[in-house]
Amino acid sequence: MNASEIIRWLSPELILLITGFVVLGADLVMRRRDEGRTAAVIALIGLVLALIMALLLAMNNPATIVASTFAVDPYSSFFKVLAIIAVSLVVLSSMDFMKGKSRYLGEYYALLVFVTLAVSIAVSATNLLLVYLGIEFLSITSYILTGFLRNDRRSEEAAIKYFLYGASAGAVMLYGISLVYGATGSTDLVAVGELMKAATGPEHLLGVAAIVLLLGGFGFKASLVPFHQWAPDTYDGAPTPVTAFLATASKAAGFAVAGRVFITAFPQFTPDWMAILGSLAILTMTVGNLTALKQHSVKRMLAYSSIAQAGYIVLGLAAYNPTGGTFTGLNGMLIYLFAYLFTNIGAFFVVLAVERYAGSSEFSTFKGLGKRAPGLALLMTVFMLSLAGIPPTGGFLGKFYVFAAVVEKHFLVLAAIAAVNAIVAAFYYMNVIRLMFFQDSEDETPLQVSSGLNLSLVVSAVMVLAIGILAQPFIAWAVESVQMVNTRGF
Amino acid sequence: MAIPLSWYLIVAAALFCIGFYGVLARRNAVAILMGVELMLNAVNINFLAFWRYVRPEEPLGQVFAIFVLAVAAAEAAVGLALIISIYRTRKTINIDNIDLLRG
Repeated sequence: MNASEIIRWLSPELILLITGFVVLGADLVMRRRDEGRTAAVIALIGLVLALIMALLLAMNNPATIVASTFAVDPYSSFFKVLAIIAVSLVVLSSMDFMKGKSRYLGEYYALLVFVTLAVSIAVSATNLLLVYLGIEFLSITSYILTGFLRNDRRSEEAAIKYFLYGASAGAVMLYGISLVYGATGSTDLVAVGELMKAATGPEHLLGVAAIVLLLGGFGFKASLVPFHQWAPDTYDGAPTPVTAFLATASKAAGFAVAGRVFITAFPQFTPDWMAILGSLAILTMTVGNLTALKQHSVKRMLAYSSIAQAGYIVLGLAAYNPTGGTFTGLNGMLIYLFAYLFTNIGAFFVVLAVERYAGSSEFSTFKGLGKRAPGLALLMTVFMLSLAGIPPTGGFLGKFYVFAAVVEKHFLVLAAIAAVNAIVAAFYYMNVIRLMFFQDSEDETPLQVSSGLNLSLVVSAVMVLAIGILAQPFIAWAVESVQMVNTRGF
Repeated sequence: MAIPLSWYLIVAAALFCIGFYGVLARRNAVAILMGVELMLNAVNINFLAFWRYVRPEEPLGQVFAIFVLAVAAAEAAVGLALIISIYRTRKTINIDNIDLLRG
């Protein structure tokens, strides 16, 4: 393995790292005169370059471990592409939204680039040390981004709650890692998997304890109940573009890491972690949906809905099928996450557009949106249908693959509870559509949407429909991405 | 060896539980942060004990403990900054009084 090869394999990360520092430097040169416009443009260019490199890597299907800790494989490339797209859309929408809200917008865009780097490190890690560092890097940057609007009391409250939960969850996860290290003397996922093979009796118990503790950290990132208490407040209080990131890319990172660690390091514990994840899925779906029903603001409703969505996503891991077949569960999780990324980002961006205009996102602000901003209302309808899982949207495809995996495993109770939950959830998604089209508001002034936000909204909607209608290439990509994790363990 | 491994593990587990209790029971944000630090130190004891007793030929446990210390310092820096900014606007760091967002 020579230097130029390593540079090629690490190219997305290296580009992101350099871009982050260039953004900081450019902001210094501009002396904050242009409200972060230069910084945002440079960040976007860097993100697009990194996206191209990640896509090239995804197409070449390499399977290498760099420095015995960092896997360059289709699985990690998939999540890198996902994270880079998410952050690019977030940057696009922030250019207008964040203007005038903070003096330090250069740092804001630099942090967004670094947070992408954090996700791509976390999803590539094949050693528990790097898993820990990646997740903490992601967490610490997210705390700063959440509390970025220092004059906004809601933003800083969101950040402190996120921080206190995050720091404790990180410590719990670390205790789990220390138990794994004690049981095997190694932190390499493949080596741990080998060494834990013969675990019986007390050693088996130790493995289960380690899985539960590790899940404290991963479940926190993925906002699984009971590690979700931070999520509603943080999603509600954080600047809306950051919320869109936290609810999609950051959550996807949690699932990606959980999938890799459990499948690679605990293959013989598969029934154990599948049972644990299955019960968490039931809890997460039910609690998320029932609380979402009671909300008065669309942003907060979406916050609870994205907790509930995490419950559906984790079904993929709970019905994991290592022997292959059409529905391995894991590929369902990837398809779901990809469709969910565009759906949720789009939905939060519609909230952002309304919020920019009305100052809040109470249900009343959505009344009559069909008349005031027909385009926006139409896009929101697409996103709501996708969240509810109605064809021909991407959300349907994701739900179909995940539910099919559950049924194929004959977890019929789990499938029934998930189906009931999907129906309950459809109720509050449809309620938003009802408000927009069948309720009138006194305010009839049309809504203006900035061009950057418009672009990201249209991209999200097109992708949601494309995933649903031209499903085949996306399915093939997801299937290919999980193959190596299934067979070789990294 | 005079002291068996289990003694270290018991101390670490006790320390971890005390830290966790602090996180759950204290209402002062700085005190919660102190609880988290206790939990992290418990983990470090675990790592060092396991390194010494399970695989002393490879310094992995020591390396891990150093990383934990460094990350904990970074985390504390960000956390204290957030706490200071909260204190400036609200004159309190009691998390029961930080309740603008509810649900």
